[in-house]
Amino acid sequence: MAQNTVKLTRKKQYSPNVARQIREKIIEAILFLAAFSAVATTIGILYILISESTIFFSQVSLIDFFTDTRWTPLFQNPRYGIMPLLSGTLVTSGVALIVAIPLGTIAAIYLSEFATSQLREIVKPALELLAAIPTVVYGYFALLYVTPWLQGFFPDLPGFNMLSAGLVMGLMIIPFISSISEDAMRAVPVSLREGSYAMGATKLQTALKVVFPAAISGISSSYILGTSRAVGETMIVAIAAGLKPTLTLNPLEQGATITAYIAQVSLGDLPHGTLEYQTIFAAGLTLVVMTLILNIFGYYLAKKFRERY
Amino acid sequence: MTSDLAKIRADINRRKLLNSAFALAGLVIIAGAIIVLLGLVLQMAIAGSERLTPEFFTSFPSRRAGRAGIYSAWVGTSLVMLVTAFAAVPLGVAAGIYLEEYAKKNWLADLIEINVTNLAGVPSIVYGLLALGLFVYTFRLGQSILTAGLTLALLILPVVIVTTREALRAIPNNLREAAYALGASKWQTIWDHILPYSFGSILTGIIIGLSRAIGQTAPIITIGALAFIAYLPDAPVQSEFPFVSFDWLSSGFTVLPIQMFNWVSRPQKAFEINAAAAGTVLVCMTLGMNAIAILLRYQLRKGIKW
Repeated sequence: MAQNTVKLTRKKQYSPNVARQIREKIIEAILFLAAFSAVATTIGILYILISESTIFFSQVSLIDFFTDTRWTPLFQNPRYGIMPLLSGTLVTSGVALIVAIPLGTIAAIYLSEFATSQLREIVKPALELLAAIPTVVYGYFALLYVTPWLQGFFPDLPGFNMLSAGLVMGLMIIPFISSISEDAMRAVPVSLREGSYAMGATKLQTALKVVFPAAISGISSSYILGTSRAVGETMIVAIAAGLKPTLTLNPLEQGATITAYIAQVSLGDLPHGTLEYQTIFAAGLTLVVMTLILNIFGYYLAKKFRERY
Repeated sequence: MTSDLAKIRADINRRKLLNSAFALAGLVIIAGAIIVLLGLVLQMAIAGSERLTPEFFTSFPSRRAGRAGIYSAWVGTSLVMLVTAFAAVPLGVAAGIYLEEYAKKNWLADLIEINVTNLAGVPSIVYGLLALGLFVYTFRLGQSILTAGLTLALLILPVVIVTTREALRAIPNNLREAAYALGASKWQTIWDHILPYSFGSILTGIIIGLSRAIGQTAPIITIGALAFIAYLPDAPVQSEFPFVSFDWLSSGFTVLPIQMFNWVSRPQKAFEINAAAAGTVLVCMTLGMNAIAILLRYQLRKGIKW
C-alpha cells in the first residue's frame, strides 16, 4: 500500500510517461508521413499524367490516337497516332527479351544448380556490377560498337536501327532476370532436389523438371520485371534506334519508342501548355498503363503458380 | 538381357553428356556476357583515354571537341547528388522504419507497401514527367538543381526503403526485447540500438541508390536540363558571412550523363572521343560506388554473428 502511494506521487510530480508518450506519438506520425510519401508519389504521377492527358484527349479523339498510323505532332500537319511508337516499343523490347530471357534463365539455372558456392560468390556481384552501368553508356555501345559490328552481317543496316538497341538492351536485362530467377530457384527446398537425385536424375533433369517448375512463380516475376525494364528503357533507344516513329515490325529499320519520343521532345524547348507539350504526357500515360497491365499480369502469374512447401 | 543393359548404359551416358553440355553452356553464357561487357567498357576507355587529361575535368563544354570538358557536368552531378541524398535518405529510412517497426497489419500498411513495390517498377522517364508537371510548373522550382535532386530522390526512394527494411529485419528480436525489458520506449529502442546495428546495411543501400541516381539521364532530360552550361552554380560555401549560400539550388545545371548524351548525338567524329571519355568517368563512378557497397556488405556479413 505504502509503495503504491509513493509511485503515484512520483507520477504526479514528474509525469515522465505523458511527455514520453506524446513524443513517441509525434515520432510515429512523422515516420508515417514519410512512408505515406510513396502513396503521394503515385497519386502525383497519376494526377499529372491524367490531368494533362485529359486536355490532350479533348482535342485528339481516342479513336484517332489508336488508329492513326502516323505520329507527327511536331510537323506542320500534325497527326497523333500512337501505333508507330507502340510498334517501336514492341520491336525493341521483343529483341531484348529474345536475348535476355533464354540467356538469363540458363545463367540462373547454372548459378543456382551447377556452380560451386565460390564461383557464385564471385559471379553474382560481378553481374550486379554490370547492371549498374548507366544506360547512356549502353546507348553509346549500341550506336558506336554494336551497330558497326552488325553491319558486317547486314550490309544494308542503317546507322540507327532497332536491332542494335534491342540487343544491347537484352544484354543489360540479363543480370536482372538471372539474379531474381536464381533467388527463386535457390528458395526451392533441398529435399525436392534430393528426392530427384535419389531417383537417379541428373542435375540437368532435376533443374529442368523439378526446380524450375517449383520456382516458376518467382521466375515469371523476373520475366515481367525484365519486360517492364525493356518497355521503360529510354536512353539506349533514344541514342541508337533513331528518333523517327515508324510503323514497322522489322528490327532492321529505325524507329522510335514511347520513351524515346518523350526524351526527344523534352530536348527541345517546348512551351508549357501547348498541345505538343501535352503529347508527352499522353505518351507517358500510355507507358504507365502498359507497365501497369504488365504488373497486374505478373501478379496474377505469381499468384497462380505460387507453390508452398 | 545384355542388350538391355547396353541400352540403359547408353541412355545414362546420353543424359550425363547432356548434363555436362548444359553446364558448359551456362558457364560460357555467363563468362560471355561479362567478357562482352567488359570488352565494350574497355574499348570505350581506350577510345576516350586521349581526352582523359586534367584539363578535361576543368574545362567547360565547347564547340571545339578538343577544348571541351566536363567541369560544369561533374560539379552539377555532385550538387544534384547532394540534394538527392539529403532528400532521399531521411525520407527513405524513416519510411522503412515505419513499415518495418510500426506499421500494423491493416489496409493502410498494405497500400503503402503495394505502392513502394509498384514505384520500383515505374519507368524512370515517368518520374521526369512527374517532376516536369509538379516541380517545374506547379511548384515553380524551375529547371534547377533542386528539381533534379528531388526527382532523383523520388526515383531511388524505393531502393532506400527496401534496403532499410531488410536491414531492420535482420536484427534479431531479442535485442528489441532486451531494450524494452529495461524500460526503453519504442523510439529509444530503435534510435539507440536498432539503427546503430543496421547502419552499415542501410548505408550499403544508400550507396547503391545514389549510384543508380548518378547514371540517370532520361528524367533529367525530361525536366529540361541543358547540355551546354559554361558557368558554375554559386558555391554552397562562401568566404563571407553567412558562409553558406543556397543560391545554387535554383541554378541551371548539367550532369555527366546529359553531357555524354549530347556528345554522342553529335555527328562529328571528334565528339565521340569526348563521349567515350565522359562515359569512362561515369562508369568509374558508378562501378566504384557499387564496389564500395559490395565490399561493405561483405565486411558486414563477416563481422556480425548474432
